[in-house]
Amino acid sequence: MSHQDNPNSTNDREANMDQKTQNQARDTQRRDATRRPVSSHSLADVANSRLSSVGVPSGSSTGLEARGIHAWFGSKHVLEDISLDFFTGTVTALIGPSGCGKSTFIRILNRMHEFIPTAALAGQVILDGKDVYDAGVDVTKIRLKVGMVFQKPNPFPSMTIRENVLSGLKLAQIKIENADELLESCLRRAGLWDEVKDRLNEYGGALSGGQQQRLCIARSLAVNPQVLLMDEPCSALDPGSTLRIEETIRKLSASMSIVIVTHNMQQAARVSDFTGFFLADGGPGRLIESGATNDIFTNPKQQRTEDYVSGRFG
Amino acid sequence: MSSDLLEQKSPPVPRVITTKPRFTDKVFRAVVTSGGMVSLVLLGLIGFFLIYNGFEAIQNAGLSFLTGFDWADAIPEIDQPAMYGVGAMLFGTIVTGILAMLFGVPIAVGTALFLSYYAPEWLKKPMVVVVDVMAAIPSIVYGLWGFFVLMPHAEYWAKLIHKYLSFIPIFDMPAPVFTRSPFIAGLVLAIMIMPIITAISREVFAQTPPERIQAAYALGATKWSMIKAVVFPYGRGGVVGGAMLGLGRALGETVAVYTVLNLVYDIRIEILLSSGGNVASMIVNKFGEADFVELQALMAAGFVLFIVTLIVNFIANFIINKTARE
Repeated sequence: MSHQDNPNSTNDREANMDQKTQNQARDTQRRDATRRPVSSHSLADVANSRLSSVGVPSGSSTGLEARGIHAWFGSKHVLEDISLDFFTGTVTALIGPSGCGKSTFIRILNRMHEFIPTAALAGQVILDGKDVYDAGVDVTKIRLKVGMVFQKPNPFPSMTIRENVLSGLKLAQIKIENADELLESCLRRAGLWDEVKDRLNEYGGALSGGQQQRLCIARSLAVNPQVLLMDEPCSALDPGSTLRIEETIRKLSASMSIVIVTHNMQQAARVSDFTGFFLADGGPGRLIESGATNDIFTNPKQQRTEDYVSGRFG
Repeated sequence: MSSDLLEQKSPPVPRVITTKPRFTDKVFRAVVTSGGMVSLVLLGLIGFFLIYNGFEAIQNAGLSFLTGFDWADAIPEIDQPAMYGVGAMLFGTIVTGILAMLFGVPIAVGTALFLSYYAPEWLKKPMVVVVDVMAAIPSIVYGLWGFFVLMPHAEYWAKLIHKYLSFIPIFDMPAPVFTRSPFIAGLVLAIMIMPIITAISREVFAQTPPERIQAAYALGATKWSMIKAVVFPYGRGGVVGGAMLGLGRALGETVAVYTVLNLVYDIRIEILLSSGGNVASMIVNKFGEADFVELQALMAAGFVLFIVTLIVNFIANFIINKTARE
């Protein structure tokens, strides 16, 4: 809990400081970015062109903040002192090589971390000004506000498409009156409505992988979360489905905060406003650098970030 | 020219793919095949033995062997022929079996859920062992425990049920004798079949795909709503199959039921009344003093029981396999 008061001592932790200054400078960067012409297809250009398409987020409303997060599995220290803010109306991409703790980190954000028997953590996750790990917090309410989409599409096979979308309400024992309206709006927002509107009573397993993943997105939207965590949502999908999911992410980001873990640098550049680069150099995973996506891809401050985003390792 | 030749070619025929097994493979194959065959042959021989010895009894009685209530030896003085029918006993067997399922399955499924999702780690292992050991306790022990320990309590419960629910025919009482009833036999059987249903349910619950469980939790599910939405739909077939295996055991159980159940050759639907039937117990009861003709009838009764339990077990296996494939 005291991590946030500690002065950042190592070089790596400069990244945490960097974000704060970047937050202030963000609006300027955005205006600059929109002026830049898109001429080639490098990652940097992809990242820049993305900026022109999003609105300027209201910097004051910090929906979710991670403060000095450490994580352990048994005695293995897997995450060290991660602090990161997520803003409503933006997409934050977490990139980094396998095993650097990105997935562990986002599972900490909605308290899925604690399902692993030996898992432990330190630090705070602040949602609307309250620590989600405080004693007496109803964990199911946290997960309603912070939804999650997994790597492998996992619709409930015993339920129909309709039941799948509305399953969150049933699971959390929420009663609503206009279920059909909600069903349609969720499927529309997930970009799946036109494909399934005539087969809502078929089982979820009958859909293709990409459709199943969008069904899972629709399912998480039904409980109206303010943050959506996506753990490599496209890694099991073909390029066409990936494209459609990215469109969905773009549309959704207007109304909520999205955190996406991805191994696909192009994807990070295409969909995100902010990017965090994680790296575990033999030790625990650390947040090497974070900031506006176009900065990370055009002029990263850390040599290791540049090496990674330019494909020199990882 | 060449194209003509091509057209004349016959369509390709799939090749036969064979493998020449090695000698060691052949030996092993022979060993396991004969092992598998032994159990099949034994099963067949048992069935044959029963039908061979009991055939005459069934032939004499015809269909009334299945439907008849009476089990009476011939009385030459008044020219009364022997009348053997397992109807009452078969009915009683099914009643106690169903009662055992009604009491046993909820307890077993609850235990399995507790062990899979609620029990703390330190309790889990010892409890699994205890439940498995329950399956190894000899049935006469259950019978004696049922008679001396459970029955006084169960009698009181039965009286309560009768007092408040006697408008339902099965809880009615023509005579106030509450001991040694199908109700009590069902309770004892429920405890006896609980371990196997628990073990199978626990196994299928443990196989619930973790990503589905996580999906439910990520949507804000409580543990119970997660279990209802994910674990039960996944494990349903396994639980039903386990219950059928338990039923198979309950139908064939002999000594425990013999100890706690009053055998009466009559079909009565009042489950609280001290009057029940059970084919296996009846065979034990009559076997000691049976003459040749009655022995034949007992063999035939055994055959009926054999077939019934076989059918139940086949259904159980079918359900379990069907679930495993899905």
